[in-house]
Amino acid sequence: MSIRERLSGNEAAAIAMKQINPDVVAAFPITPSTEIPQYFSTFVSNGTVDTEFVAVESEHSAMSACIGAESAGGRAMTATSANGLSLMWEMIYIASSLRLPIVMSLVNRAVSGPLNIHCDHSDAMGVRDSGWIQLFSETNQEAYDNLIMAHQIAEHKDVLLPLMVCQDGFITSHSIENIELIEDDKVKEFVGKYKPEHYLLNDKEPIAVGPLDLQAYLFEHKKQQADAMRNAKKVILEVAEKFEKMTGRKYGFFEEYKLEDADIAIVCMNSTAGTAKATCDKLREQGIKAGVLKVRVFRPFPAEEIAKALSKLKAIAVLDKADSLNGAGGALFEDVTSAMFISKVQIPTINYVYGIGGRDTTVQDLEKVYNDLTQIVKTGDIQNPYRYLGVRGEN
Amino acid sequence: MAYNLKDIIENRPSRLTSGHRMCAGCGAPPVTRMILRAVKPEDHVVVANATGCMEVSTFIYPYTAWTDSFIHSAFENAAATLSGSEAAYKAMKATGKLDENKVTKFIAFGGDGGTYDIGIQSLSGAMERGHDMLYVCYDNGAYMNTGIQRSSATPHFADTTTSPAGTKIPGKMQPRKDLAKIMAAHHLPYVAQTAAYLNFKDLYEKAEKAIYTEGPTFLNVLAPCPRGWGYNTEDLMIINKLAIETCYWPLYEVVDGVYKISYKPAKKLPIEEFLKPQKRFKHLFKPGNEWMIEEFQKEVDKRWQELLDLEEITNKVKEN
Repeated sequence: MSIRERLSGNEAAAIAMKQINPDVVAAFPITPSTEIPQYFSTFVSNGTVDTEFVAVESEHSAMSACIGAESAGGRAMTATSANGLSLMWEMIYIASSLRLPIVMSLVNRAVSGPLNIHCDHSDAMGVRDSGWIQLFSETNQEAYDNLIMAHQIAEHKDVLLPLMVCQDGFITSHSIENIELIEDDKVKEFVGKYKPEHYLLNDKEPIAVGPLDLQAYLFEHKKQQADAMRNAKKVILEVAEKFEKMTGRKYGFFEEYKLEDADIAIVCMNSTAGTAKATCDKLREQGIKAGVLKVRVFRPFPAEEIAKALSKLKAIAVLDKADSLNGAGGALFEDVTSAMFISKVQIPTINYVYGIGGRDTTVQDLEKVYNDLTQIVKTGDIQNPYRYLGVRGEN
Repeated sequence: MAYNLKDIIENRPSRLTSGHRMCAGCGAPPVTRMILRAVKPEDHVVVANATGCMEVSTFIYPYTAWTDSFIHSAFENAAATLSGSEAAYKAMKATGKLDENKVTKFIAFGGDGGTYDIGIQSLSGAMERGHDMLYVCYDNGAYMNTGIQRSSATPHFADTTTSPAGTKIPGKMQPRKDLAKIMAAHHLPYVAQTAAYLNFKDLYEKAEKAIYTEGPTFLNVLAPCPRGWGYNTEDLMIINKLAIETCYWPLYEVVDGVYKISYKPAKKLPIEEFLKPQKRFKHLFKPGNEWMIEEFQKEVDKRWQELLDLEEITNKVKEN
């Protein structure tokens, strides 16, 4: 029997880590993910895990220590947010290029500056090209479930890439929700033992990791990373299927909410999907055929599948909780629209940058988005495809 | 312990093989080979390396000169990276994932750029956390890998590409940082400064102590650079000797906070002897620049005296 609990998103992540029982956790505190290493070090202090907790002096060292630990042959995990991830940035790329299946809990927060501790997705978007698998989580339950699935995906021989599980800072990390935990022994069996093929601590086969890799080989190595990212799609679905058998909870690349017969839809990630669903329900009562597509797997990007899922709509709004500041639109918008273009799906699509620095996004805000879409369906007139939602001086 | 150094050099295979691409006359490879010779033949090593000359010359894909396990991840984080490997070792030993009879030692190598400067935070953190590892700084006194830029280990007045000896500013205007003392201030069980001198005896013995002392240990090793210092490649060992005999590079160890000077020259040579064979100090010998040599000498004398005092004080404290 699964265990019913009430937990915050950070507690849920820490408990997932406890059940995974990695060899090394190296982390440095940063709001709003601080509680994860706090809870976890309590597990270490009380001997409920076998993990070595490395209380590093910075996030750069946190990722460096994870790289050292994972290369050595252990499972390594960390947690961070915003500027912590920015400080790790150099090592984030090195972790993926060394093909180390490190797992991170990323509690999304606005990257400075100026300083802000609240949620947006600028941290995750800043590493979207780094070769990490990125899973997004609407609820505490999803943050937990994604972590339980993480190692099976990351460590798969056809993948061997690091993976980050994202959840919204404060919105889910500090909100207590009902959650269904999986029994310890089931998690242990599901996650399995880590059996790296080559590792530093294998004295019978010493290896060298992290060469100077010049014109002769780097390109091929980067191609292998790209192949691994493509391979991850299949593995993510296989692991989700296994997970569904264990828990009954179904996961795919994305969730389609009332999308089947919808005329208009919002595409978004993380907790905003909850608000979008509530808005959708409200509009459905008024006879408006609204839907939601919630992206769970952002890297690898399920381009073809998303384009197909959106192909019957009449107008689409893609919501970005981070701006790319490129003068053209946010990252999710660009990925979604280019996926549609390649699949020859020609539907009026607009972008909203929203919720920056923790600005609240309400049902009323999203009603406005759906209203805008209804107008676009009526008139066929987009005017400005790159919009801001809920900001002073606009709307 | 009784050992025969000649026998060790002759009969223990080098754990850093030949064929690497370090320059002739570079001080780093002989030092590295000797340190690794101090590892018991039956023990395994995980070597971590900061980005720098040594890393880019010993592990160019698909070739490696390292016979032990080796990891390089970035410039500033050899200590943090290795601390992760050491933590994994502890966890995996405790849970029976590794052979309980097999010993792995953890040794990091970084130049002065990766250690004194960009890597000092990572080093300080790893040492404070008490990982069972040795960090070796091979100190060549500048960022040699990128083309001889000044570091905080660059000696006073040295001509480097970012502290050029110009008409207005005559080289690097600051004396060097004293890293071994900074590490001693971490209250590590073992800190030493050494060099390849006196038939490698000092280096070998300190390396062995550092490797087999439990906990975090640190070695600062002089590693002259023919390109950056401007000496003839065959003069490497002479340069080492002059650094020591002038007390520019004192040999000492700090064991549990107690200083012990390993070598006191019977007759301390004037600093000119060390400066003269090096092109980076050429401008110090121009007429009118005598004050620079005087100032250099004063700094060397002051630091040597400070070391003598520290030896006296810490030994007294120990006796009490």
